[in-house]
Amino acid sequence: MSTDDVAIVGIGMHQFGRSDLSGMDQGVVAVRAALADAGVEWSDMQFAFGGSAAAGKADTMVSKLGLTGLQFINVSNGCATGGSALFSAYNSIKSGMFDLGIAIGFDKHERGAFRVDNSTWYGKSGMALTTQFFGMKINRYMQQYDISTEALDRVSEKAFRNGSKNPMAWRKKPMSLAEIQESRMLSYPLRQYHFCSPAEGGVAIIMCRADKAKQYTDTPIYLKAAAVRSRRFGSFEVMAPHLAPEHGDGPTIDASKAGFEMAGMGPEDMDLAQLQDTESGAEIMHMAENGFCEHGEQERMLAHGETEIGGRFPVNTDGGCLANGEPVGASGLRQVYENVLQLQGRAGERQVPNNPKTAYTHVYGAPGISGVTILAR
Amino acid sequence: MAQVPVEEGVFTWPSDEPRLIGSQCTECDNVMFPTQSGCPKCSSSSTEQIELARKGTLWTWTIQGYPPKSPPYAGNDDPKTFEPFGVGYVELPGQCKVETRLTENDPEKLSIDMEMELTLVPLYTNDDGDEVMTFAFAPTT
Repeated sequence: MSTDDVAIVGIGMHQFGRSDLSGMDQGVVAVRAALADAGVEWSDMQFAFGGSAAAGKADTMVSKLGLTGLQFINVSNGCATGGSALFSAYNSIKSGMFDLGIAIGFDKHERGAFRVDNSTWYGKSGMALTTQFFGMKINRYMQQYDISTEALDRVSEKAFRNGSKNPMAWRKKPMSLAEIQESRMLSYPLRQYHFCSPAEGGVAIIMCRADKAKQYTDTPIYLKAAAVRSRRFGSFEVMAPHLAPEHGDGPTIDASKAGFEMAGMGPEDMDLAQLQDTESGAEIMHMAENGFCEHGEQERMLAHGETEIGGRFPVNTDGGCLANGEPVGASGLRQVYENVLQLQGRAGERQVPNNPKTAYTHVYGAPGISGVTILAR
Repeated sequence: MAQVPVEEGVFTWPSDEPRLIGSQCTECDNVMFPTQSGCPKCSSSSTEQIELARKGTLWTWTIQGYPPKSPPYAGNDDPKTFEPFGVGYVELPGQCKVETRLTENDPEKLSIDMEMELTLVPLYTNDDGDEVMTFAFAPTT
């Protein structure tokens, strides 16, 4: 730890899934839980960054949490909303501007696939669907790197098994390979249980200057990197009516490299990871895009259980988006919440063995944006 | 019944041999679809309208297996009568890859790199009784 490091000292969550509460109120529940976890008051917060995609402006929640006059900045960055809030909080502390603050993400979406606001020929003609992108990306990837549909099924099976060990997960029922394989085909080659669903939930993360962290907790977790990247020319992204003839690296590869550089670490230094699994193919592709294996190696890794909680490199230990659903504004912070629990040894039945020391998170979303964090204890 | 395009300026209309209408950067020749000002490759602000190639190869594909939400979808979204449809990217040689509906919806009959050609397909019937047409690519063999 150096004095300019940033530490996480409190985490809070409102359970993912379906709730009677508004999205905003789920955010408030998460904030109060994080304050209790850190043993601080709302009035101690010097700043907040918060956002949702579909559940209102985060800064209005001060009317319930307390009108303390703090600097509260709304963040709106699609699936990277939580990651962007965390990045902003990180820099606010690292710059020396503030000592203690909070990043908040929450959301509430209608049932079914995300409705895209596109009334042009593109949406009218039945394109403009995120599910199609994932089907098309994994379909080409499976042919290029010889990945089987069984590998897709194994990712889902693992997600629901991990979710069954997570009291905060939405889907807590394990599912057999056969059930997954027999579910409805939605976007070939992806079936119903290969996809996550839009959902609800909230997460809050309290951060402070590292040299003050022990005031709040005996087990601070250090935020070694937070990076967000948008797409470059030639990448293959969701909601793109056309793609360039040449192929370039996507934002996940760029954000991953930036994160590792910021942390001064590499993929081989990570003990576990939470990777964007909008559908099971995404987890497979993101394993390689984030540098944790070569393209095509995933088939063998999944067959041998290497990404299980007790495996060589556990991935999506809380059940990921598949078992938790995807409240867009909260999803990235859920991954950070899970990693903090794992590094503090508080993950209960799903605790990764042998005292993990480092953990990685990755989100991906429209219109081609990716966010990465690296935590260490 | 008269036929009308889903939107003006997306493909040539009327035409027996329809072509998609895109843009080309006047600085670096990068090709885009649909038309747009500004080039994502070289950041130039100067583009001109061009007609894209009618034939290309299938770069990747999927089958839309459930009715898209309506709005924005204007086609048949009734789950009882909905017909799955193919969606893919067709690589137009030397130009770009365009996202498109496919006339084929059987996974057994689609494969990466197969030859495709542009056609127009009915999407829905509007309040005036006109058949609204959109574009799709069809396998040529």
